[in-house]
Amino acid sequence: MPVQLFVTCLVDLVYPEVGERTVALLERLGCEVAFPAGQTCCGQPAWNTGYPQEARRVATRFLDVFAATEGPIVAPFGSCLHMVRHHYPALFAEDPARLEQARAIADRAFDLPSFIVDQLGREQVGGTYPGPGDTAVAYHHECHLVRGLGVREQPLALLRGVAGCTVVEPERGELCCGFGGTFSLKLPAIAAAMADEKLDRALAAGAGAIVSTDVGCLMHMEGRARRRGLDLRVHHLVDLLEPDGRL
Amino acid sequence: MSHRVIEPARTTPNPAVRPNLHVASGNWAERRVQARQLVDWEDWRERARAIRADAITNLPELLERLEAQLVALGGYVHHAATAEEANARIAAICAQRGATLAVKAKSMTSEETGLNAALEAAGITAVETDLGEYVVQALGDRPSHILAPAVHLSAADVAALFSRLSGRAFDPADTRALVDYARGALRDRFLAAEVGITGVNLAIAETGTLVLVESEGNIRLSTSMPPVHIALMGIEKVIRDWAGAAHLVQMLPLASQGTLAAGSTSFITGPARDGDDGPRELHLVLLDDGRSALRGGPLEEALHCIRCGACLYACPVYRQIGGHGYGSAYSGPIGAVITPALEGGTPASDALPELSSLCGACTEACPVKIPLDDQLVTLRAMARERDPRRAEAALFATWARLWSRSGGYRATGAAGSGALARLWGRAVHGSDDGWVPRAPFPFARWTEDRDVRTPAPEPFHARWKARRDA
Repeated sequence: MPVQLFVTCLVDLVYPEVGERTVALLERLGCEVAFPAGQTCCGQPAWNTGYPQEARRVATRFLDVFAATEGPIVAPFGSCLHMVRHHYPALFAEDPARLEQARAIADRAFDLPSFIVDQLGREQVGGTYPGPGDTAVAYHHECHLVRGLGVREQPLALLRGVAGCTVVEPERGELCCGFGGTFSLKLPAIAAAMADEKLDRALAAGAGAIVSTDVGCLMHMEGRARRRGLDLRVHHLVDLLEPDGRL
Repeated sequence: MSHRVIEPARTTPNPAVRPNLHVASGNWAERRVQARQLVDWEDWRERARAIRADAITNLPELLERLEAQLVALGGYVHHAATAEEANARIAAICAQRGATLAVKAKSMTSEETGLNAALEAAGITAVETDLGEYVVQALGDRPSHILAPAVHLSAADVAALFSRLSGRAFDPADTRALVDYARGALRDRFLAAEVGITGVNLAIAETGTLVLVESEGNIRLSTSMPPVHIALMGIEKVIRDWAGAAHLVQMLPLASQGTLAAGSTSFITGPARDGDDGPRELHLVLLDDGRSALRGGPLEEALHCIRCGACLYACPVYRQIGGHGYGSAYSGPIGAVITPALEGGTPASDALPELSSLCGACTEACPVKIPLDDQLVTLRAMARERDPRRAEAALFATWARLWSRSGGYRATGAAGSGALARLWGRAVHGSDDGWVPRAPFPFARWTEDRDVRTPAPEPFHARWKARRDA
């Protein structure tokens, strides 16, 4: 199946290996991955900060790039998908042609876990935990994936198929970690306190690692864990879906 | 600062209130699970939303019917365009009766208008009779939650206060003794008060009935013992009929505490008739103060709120800063929406929508489906229009210019010569594992509390190209 990779800006610029592992995983599952090289960003940073015009300029680029492609669009980052599926209709509400284009693209756009589970019909794809054997892993529900798009079980199903780790569930597992895009630059002390709650609950549940699908959350939680000197590893879900457990 | 905005919002957590709030919001989360088992939650939410949407769409007609019914029953209806008008009207009603003591049952609308201070200035003592409000008032404090005004205080705080007020020692563990003390102190006030002042949870237009929901019984006493009852209500609280009321009086406690009924629900249809007990005089003060201006606009759904407090308990930012952290009468996500919405844009209230990570827990918790996180984004955009932040706006303008073109975007991340490489300079190569303790402008605040991952020396775009060319 041909698949268009929407790598997302933060993965491209800061976590490129997450993009590479996403490609490797999709290819392993029989997809033919294309990467539209003109892609940039979904526009969410500006939208959430209160700059809809700037967001629209960048989102228009996204539409132009992906309208020229066919087949499912897959991203390893739920929040960007939430922008496309949930916010684009508001962003393009006053431009009927763009709105129609945005809706058509939204219907083709999937986050990686639900694409694998719901579209490819693969509940488990194997994988080996890339670290000490038998690590307890806490899954962090990315807010825009779990609440925004209602994707709750798919990433957990994939995680349960990974060898070398067990899944633990900290209390209030759906609480936000405090990343929130520019929120965590504007109110860093509140954002860090929110991360602390998340990290402490993971440790209390016996977790040695946190896994998520949002590299913003990952950078926020790992950055905080490093600053506090915590013994807690942080991974993107695709890190665990590699067959040989190498990073 | 206006009556609704008291002080600037916090920008840091408040460790003093966190333990209490974590317990309270944890309890709420458990009760919420229970609520989901009692009813078909999504169906109930949709029905509640529809009832409120009908009310706001048909607001003028329903208010007219409410007023006609209440007047026909012998009640009085007053219209207040502003908080000052509402306060002045209530003070005037008290003054006409020569009243100097009023008992008050919990009303967020009166917090919004600053009623107690206005009454005090007019020589009228207003005593709060909700236990939490009583405590907060005695401390010279203000409520920190829509339904649980003293949630930021501990039993030890209350025991210390009551010991000081009474001159005898209270044990924080003996909550019975604490409640008994407050009950005793309030009983005399209920007997002596010439006026009872309450809010309104819902007003039923078809019969002119005021609905008040509570758990302690103080609303019952405030609306039955004094000879005059004054109810202060935001105009948006009206609904069409009893069928709607029957749903919402269950939905409200379901959302706030996971039960289908509150401790007591009072349905007050006019003043006492001959042979009845209760106040002979009933006044309804209808407050607008920015509400009708929201109808038909992008924030209209904020008027659907039934003040259940669920979004406060659901909010991870509220858990860190507490209700007082918002610096406004209404706190939490709904406070961060309705305060700037009702204020129509003031610098102090425009800061409130920033107090959110946009995680959507508020929207998920809302029993009437207000898209609170989307409204927070809308309000941020409105704030930028009203009060442009030059440096931030310039950054996003540059960003949009570069990132709306693939060449501009790729130049941002290009190794060596790209904008990120220039910004980060040596930091990109400053660590073995890609993490550094200090980020450059405009990311500098990130590393106040966290380490940061540097931009990758080779972005995915370049890696893909290398792979394709290989």
